[in-house]
Amino acid sequence: MPAPTAILPALQTRFPRLTLRASADHPAVNIPADEAGALLKTLRDEFGFAHLADLTAVDGGPGATPRFTVVWHLFSLTAHGYFRVAAHCADDAEPAMPSTTPLWPAADWHEREIWDMFGITFPGHADLRRILMWDGYPYHPLRKEFPLAGLPTELPDAEIAAEIPTKVIAAPMAGGPFVATTGELNLGEAEPRAKDESWNERREKPDA
Amino acid sequence: MSNAYTFPDNAAKTAGAAASAELPTEKMSLSMGPSHPSTHGVLRLQMEIDGETVVKADPVIGYLHRGDEKIAENMTYNQFVPYTDRLDYLAPLANNVAYALAVEQLAGLTVPPRCQAIRVISAELARISSHLMGLGAFGIDVGAWTIFLYTFTEREKLYRLFEELTGARFTNSYTRIGGVARDVPEGWTDRVNAFCDQFLPILDEVLGMLSRNKIFLDRTDGVGVISKEDAIAYGLTGPNLRGSGVPLDLRKDRPYSGYEQYDFDVPVGVKGDCYDRYAVRGEEMKQSVRIIKQAIARFPGGDWYAKDARKIFAPPKDKVLTSMEELINNFMIVTEGPQIPPGEAYFEAENPKGILGFYVVSKGGGVPWRLKIRSPSFCNLSILPKICAGALVADVVSILGSFDFVMGECDR
Repeated sequence: MPAPTAILPALQTRFPRLTLRASADHPAVNIPADEAGALLKTLRDEFGFAHLADLTAVDGGPGATPRFTVVWHLFSLTAHGYFRVAAHCADDAEPAMPSTTPLWPAADWHEREIWDMFGITFPGHADLRRILMWDGYPYHPLRKEFPLAGLPTELPDAEIAAEIPTKVIAAPMAGGPFVATTGELNLGEAEPRAKDESWNERREKPDA
Repeated sequence: MSNAYTFPDNAAKTAGAAASAELPTEKMSLSMGPSHPSTHGVLRLQMEIDGETVVKADPVIGYLHRGDEKIAENMTYNQFVPYTDRLDYLAPLANNVAYALAVEQLAGLTVPPRCQAIRVISAELARISSHLMGLGAFGIDVGAWTIFLYTFTEREKLYRLFEELTGARFTNSYTRIGGVARDVPEGWTDRVNAFCDQFLPILDEVLGMLSRNKIFLDRTDGVGVISKEDAIAYGLTGPNLRGSGVPLDLRKDRPYSGYEQYDFDVPVGVKGDCYDRYAVRGEEMKQSVRIIKQAIARFPGGDWYAKDARKIFAPPKDKVLTSMEELINNFMIVTEGPQIPPGEAYFEAENPKGILGFYVVSKGGGVPWRLKIRSPSFCNLSILPKICAGALVADVVSILGSFDFVMGECDR
């Protein structure tokens, strides 16, 4: 099996639209999004890059065009080298990239994570749900315009309440029980243990 | 003949089976976790079960998501070192080393041999510590409580060594970009050697309690089998991949930090079942001891940080307080961060749980533009729906125990 760098000329003749990507460590190429699947399949089947090491995306920032880049890192179990493939998403507003789950089942969770964090869709992915954030979360947090401190969101209280027969109570610091606010909340109602006010430290508990 | 064997009435048996098959059964949904003792943290398995058989298992993750990658984009390279402790919090030293090497690869920086040896010793000690925890927890999962008591005693000894080296027992934050936080203390390597000597007989005792144990074999042998092809296709790494017979170990295949100098073997499994994953971890600890002993035997002198990396590694404190130039340099590295050239780098290290990778994109300066953490637990867990389908509910506990994952790393 040839060293990863040696295969670049062969790839360039097979894929004329492929361009070399500046890289200090591993051989790296840029490929148009529509040809990414074919290139990755060639790399896997003919050049021994059987292991999908990593799959992620990079956001170039709100002003950049093309804004979103999807990056695959492949590892060859025979040549013991990496290969980096990058493809830009054509549309900056609604980025999409053909799914590579038919090539590697490993891409399943990676693509779900990219959808969750960057909002890039993967046509061809059978089950593109959020993976780290909860279903119904409205933002894509790794986009550059998303603030580090986060944005307040509605928790899916109503949906949970519809599914489970229990009443959903707000968390203590979100106005729920065990936290008394001045004047607003009746402590006796909020704190069950405070209901019996007939005795305390100063007044002894009456005999039963 | 009076002693003739009477054959069982097979027809009656088949009729009985058919009758039981007609019993009305109903699929049930069972949510295992997020706080269940066998899910080792906050993994939740949304399962559909038919009697005792799992029909479908869907892992629900993200309960421990802290947005580490977003945080990394908002702080300097050195400030992120403590966050790497909290990925695989059972082997923080190994995470520190992997992260430092990734940024150094982008900066084109090589650390001196002494620093490399310190990193190798600390990473291998972290591997032993992590495997001990994995082994003990696996034992508990399948009903062998005693193992945990033995392995935890050994981990405590390791923690004392970590504390002496780094100042912290659990979250060590020991490496810096371009070096380590401080040199090894006087006599520390002798104490590591002494630990290794007394550790091997205890390890043999622990493995002896499990390896030919009938109960343990019943719970693990042939359970949760992963084929070679599946293991590669799903991106499994570490002992979970080697348990399936794929000899991928980056310490051998792409040696970093001077691993090529050390003589050690890469154990692989045969069947790819829970038992093989256990056996691989047991043997790996012995190999780690071999590496540590060799590293100590030829422990190099010299610098323990890269002296030529003046814009990356902060100068020693005594020089900062006596020289104006060093004071300015120290101030710049602390406030602006280590100056890393623009570009991108992807580095993977062989961590206890599998291959931990960092993809660093820099636009120059002291803060990464993008830092992707390829965590082994995340990739390893993605095969769960495939191998849990068709298993018994009790086998799922064995499978989870044999996977030795950490949710801090999976959810990041």
